[in-house]
Amino acid sequence: MGRYILKRLWHTVYVAVGISIISFFFIHLSGDPVMLMLPPDATKTEVETLRQQLGFNDPLYVQYGRFAARALQGDLGVSLYHRVPALSLILERLPASLELAGAAMLIAIVVSVPLGVVSAVKRGSVWDVASMLGALFGLSMPHFWLGIMLILLFSVTLGWLPTSGRGTLAHLVMPAIALGLSLMAMFARLTRSVMLEVLNQDYVRTARAKGLAERLVIGKHALKNALIPLVTVAGMQFGFLIGGTVIIETVFAWPGVGRLVVQAIFSRDYPLVQAAVLVLAVIFVLVNLAVDLVYLYLDPRISYLEDT
Amino acid sequence: MSPAAVQTERFRDLRASLRLWGETLSALRRSPGAVAGGVLLVAIVLTSLSFQWVYPRDPLAQDLMARLTPPAWQEGGSLEYPLGTDNLGRDVLVRILYGSRVSLLVGFAAVLVACAAGILLGLVSGFYGGRVDSLIMRVADVFMAYPFMLLTISVIAVLGNSILNLILVLGLSDWVTYARTIRGSVLSLKEKEFVLAARSVGTRNRVILMRHVFPNVLSPILVLATVRVANIIIWESGLSFLGMGVPPPMPTWGRMLAEGRVYITDAWWLVTLPGLAIMLTILSINLLGDGLRDALDPRLRNL
Repeated sequence: MGRYILKRLWHTVYVAVGISIISFFFIHLSGDPVMLMLPPDATKTEVETLRQQLGFNDPLYVQYGRFAARALQGDLGVSLYHRVPALSLILERLPASLELAGAAMLIAIVVSVPLGVVSAVKRGSVWDVASMLGALFGLSMPHFWLGIMLILLFSVTLGWLPTSGRGTLAHLVMPAIALGLSLMAMFARLTRSVMLEVLNQDYVRTARAKGLAERLVIGKHALKNALIPLVTVAGMQFGFLIGGTVIIETVFAWPGVGRLVVQAIFSRDYPLVQAAVLVLAVIFVLVNLAVDLVYLYLDPRISYLEDT
Repeated sequence: MSPAAVQTERFRDLRASLRLWGETLSALRRSPGAVAGGVLLVAIVLTSLSFQWVYPRDPLAQDLMARLTPPAWQEGGSLEYPLGTDNLGRDVLVRILYGSRVSLLVGFAAVLVACAAGILLGLVSGFYGGRVDSLIMRVADVFMAYPFMLLTISVIAVLGNSILNLILVLGLSDWVTYARTIRGSVLSLKEKEFVLAARSVGTRNRVILMRHVFPNVLSPILVLATVRVANIIIWESGLSFLGMGVPPPMPTWGRMLAEGRVYITDAWWLVTLPGLAIMLTILSINLLGDGLRDALDPRLRNL
């Protein structure tokens, strides 16, 4: 078990290093940062002095080392546009994005797992066909378009919900549904197929044979085992969700990191973009680490297999 | 081997692969969903390629007297503009039709790029193993953790949003799934008797890879690629929606939605119809993909 955890930690570290390298080179790809910091009419000597001062004349690996050392201390550079440390801007916006992603995930799981279970248990029934057709449509809808359609229906036509902004639960409903629908579809399909597989297993037959109530067979024996792949996928998707809120935050003017990044890209504020990418990627990796640890609890066979 | 023997060999290969396609097709025909999806997709592609002969309109022509005309079936609409006009009086139907070209081109081309990169890296990684393998897989882990949407947006913002850049960026950021799938299949194939047999008679590695291993990983790749075309089209429309898709004046579904959003209170069709076009396209691809998956590889049911 110790070895398994160590292995996962090592994985987390090298992925974080890899991402920091890509982010670092991204800044270089985006052009000379010095030119972005100075006014366009700066003289050659001024440019050269600032270059020297900021260390842009050093070899790349020295510059990367400096960047990494600063990043470890929580210094991710200064936003060119807002003139404040990038990290504090991001941390200020992060709760909004987490709230949105969390709500989307919650809605997706609460709806999809029961749908998937019912579909699997009553395979071929009207329920099954209807929910799988629904899932197919859910998977085929771009989430930002769904967001616009929700606005058209519930805000423009019915006037029930606010079109944009954050604050009350009413603000959260539409963006969370729009963001969560494709996940809901994905989880419902996954739950169904995993449940179908599990329901054929010997231990389920045994549970039934000893006369357990069907509710217990499904809830305790089947679903608990079906949860394992679901947790993995949900964990990975949560990471994607945080980075994927970009468009939906734009549609609903949601004050999260995604919208901050889009604005940063349009104002060519690359240090902020770089910092945001780094922070989101680290969150993604940490969520995956957490999922791996939850796994240990759900499926004790894993640590055993990894150790042998 | 004599030239004639090589010829027979090739012929046998060809026959075998034709048989594989034939079996796949007949399995597909048994699934009503796949048939519906396939027919719909073919119809969409054919329409996209040939509409200008049936409906020869200019997607940029403005008719300011007729701006925000609703679709023909609604009060105030006319058959002149079957799906209405936008805020500049441009024909919505022809713009949607032109938009289909961008989405289909970017979707299929980017998947080809991703496939090529992923297949190459996956084959090498799985077949040769060792250091190359762990290096490629470590890089894949990093790519998986990178926030994909942000990666494409920021790279496109830096490189510029030409159609070629879009295809390359979307394609190259999507190689990981292919590489992993291929690597997994190669690892198990490598120990199969027919590969060991080929190796024992001294067949060169490259030949084993191309002749014996590669044909056997085609079906999971085909299933995967179909699903990914749908995903890439959604991403392309998302980028376009943010203003980072194929540059104007070429109409794209994503940009039509972004532009129409301003008129959401007056013109429902501007925000609804392009999205329906995206949904129909994605739906047809997903239906076909589900059918392919069931026909070719039931083990992939969880994808």
